[in-house]
Amino acid sequence: MSKFNVLLEELDLTLISGTTPEEFEGVYAGDLLSRAMSRVEEGNIWITIMSNVNVIAVASLTEVAAVILAEGVRLPDDVKAAAEEKGISVYSSDMTAYELCAKISSLS
Amino acid sequence: MSENVTFHFDVDGENFSSAGEASVLVKKKLRQLGISPEIIRRVSIAMYEGEINMVIHAEGGSADVTVTDKEVAIVLSDRGPGIPDVSLAMQEGYSTARDNIRALGFGAGMGLPNMKKYTDSMEIETKLGVGTTITMKVKLS
Repeated sequence: MSKFNVLLEELDLTLISGTTPEEFEGVYAGDLLSRAMSRVEEGNIWITIMSNVNVIAVASLTEVAAVILAEGVRLPDDVKAAAEEKGISVYSSDMTAYELCAKISSLS
Repeated sequence: MSENVTFHFDVDGENFSSAGEASVLVKKKLRQLGISPEIIRRVSIAMYEGEINMVIHAEGGSADVTVTDKEVAIVLSDRGPGIPDVSLAMQEGYSTARDNIRALGFGAGMGLPNMKKYTDSMEIETKLGVGTTITMKVKLS
């Protein structure tokens, strides 16, 4: 397990919903929900540019530590409300998925 | 567990905001029953994919989940258009989802393959113009 808070500053993360998780284990990056559904492991960080409500359903089912929206993507209000309701931690970063992965790898 | 536990859910058609709700609820129930996390994960994935399929292709349907001391059985039933070619539909990457559905991140052609992959058995009964019933089972041990 790696500490999550070391990522906050380095990845330029803005918290959109939920609270900062203490820890995470591993990362999955990808936008196709069926792939993510079967690949994301419990406690992962999931990096995606998708921002519709189904992202929250997949994040909830797979029990991610946090979702990071890459390339400055934000959540529409209704999706944000769904994320808050399900207690999903969602962040936004201006970095690309690749940059996020590389940075997380170097920090953990 | 001596008695069977059953859950019934209606799945709304074309309602992507509630798609996945039944899977999340089943997951919660299975956890309360003390089912192992790996089994719960497999059931959740299979059921979510099935739910999404019914929303995308069949204007919704119903999901019935039965938990016995040996297995979790999931029966998904819809009155949609039916599947013309089941073996083609089972191929990874094959999808008939429309572009607006793909824009949401679906339509990767992984739904049915994922359902088969994560369950111990899957049977598809389908009739064109009548509907489709999919029965999936996951063994508990």
